[in-house]
Amino acid sequence: MAIDPKLAACIASLQERFGCRQEEFRGEITLYLTPEMIISALTALRDEFGFEFLVDVTAVDYWLNQEPRFQVVYHLRSIAQGWIICLRVPVTTVPPALPTAEKVYPSANWYEREVWDLFGIRFEGHSDLRRIVLPYDWAGHPLRKDYPLGYEEVQFTFNQEEIMVHKPHPKS
Amino acid sequence: MGVEQKLGTMGIVTTSLENVVNWARTNSMWPMLFGLACCAIEMMGAQAASYDMSRFGMELMRASPRQSDLMIVAGRVSRKMAPVLRQLYDQMPSPKWVIAMGDCAACGGIFNNYAILQGVDEIVPVDIYVAGCPPRPEGLIHGIITLHEKVKTEKLKEWA
Repeated sequence: MAIDPKLAACIASLQERFGCRQEEFRGEITLYLTPEMIISALTALRDEFGFEFLVDVTAVDYWLNQEPRFQVVYHLRSIAQGWIICLRVPVTTVPPALPTAEKVYPSANWYEREVWDLFGIRFEGHSDLRRIVLPYDWAGHPLRKDYPLGYEEVQFTFNQEEIMVHKPHPKS
Repeated sequence: MGVEQKLGTMGIVTTSLENVVNWARTNSMWPMLFGLACCAIEMMGAQAASYDMSRFGMELMRASPRQSDLMIVAGRVSRKMAPVLRQLYDQMPSPKWVIAMGDCAACGGIFNNYAILQGVDEIVPVDIYVAGCPPRPEGLIHGIITLHEKVKTEKLKEWA
């Protein structure tokens, strides 16, 4: 799939300004940015290149495979031009933290809460960084690769009684 | 069975109070809507014209816990939903029964992970477990009739 020449010009201009690495997969461009650049890059994409829609903010945990461990992924879309672009930010700080994109795209509010909830990446300057999908008193961040996967051992005939002893069973 | 045979057709039936009360309870159960996942579709199917749960006195599904005495938990219960489910159960007036419909409500099903309760019996007492993923409407109706059999053997003082 060929890249739109106007989009290519936009990406060239961004690369010149931020010096970021670029990857292409099936016509979708991914730019690798540093945490300091992300807010100015998002502002530039919104104001100068017409990316008016923040599709998604999510994260990936490359625990034990890659350093730094977390990458935060922003998907932007330009509805007028039909473009889509992906920004990736490796999170270098420990504990992981990034500046919030809420001031540029207000819709980032809930996405960043979700990333905080499930990956434990803080977004500095966020107006309301609470958990969004899990209960407020939850301990840990379940989409991290070091979070225990299962909840309960699978029951078979040989261990069923042992497991049932530990299960809470209300009488009324 | 008793005195009516001797008295002829006087329209009098003698029975125990317990039998009458349990008969009334079984034949007009008001289930509460608790469709949480795909099992809810089968629950709707059990109510619709082909299977017609109102044959067993259950044509009213209530959205309000105050007006219902049977909770059909249809689907997986997430840990965030669990306090809500327990609160709705507590709001139901006694006597009340619970059917765990489907594998997820009965034991967690395929979702053995942090987010899903491993069986709704961790938070509310369950009377009938209906197996299946999801169970067919016949399965749910079988569960309800099994519950009717259970209710018919209950003693009044158990709920007093």
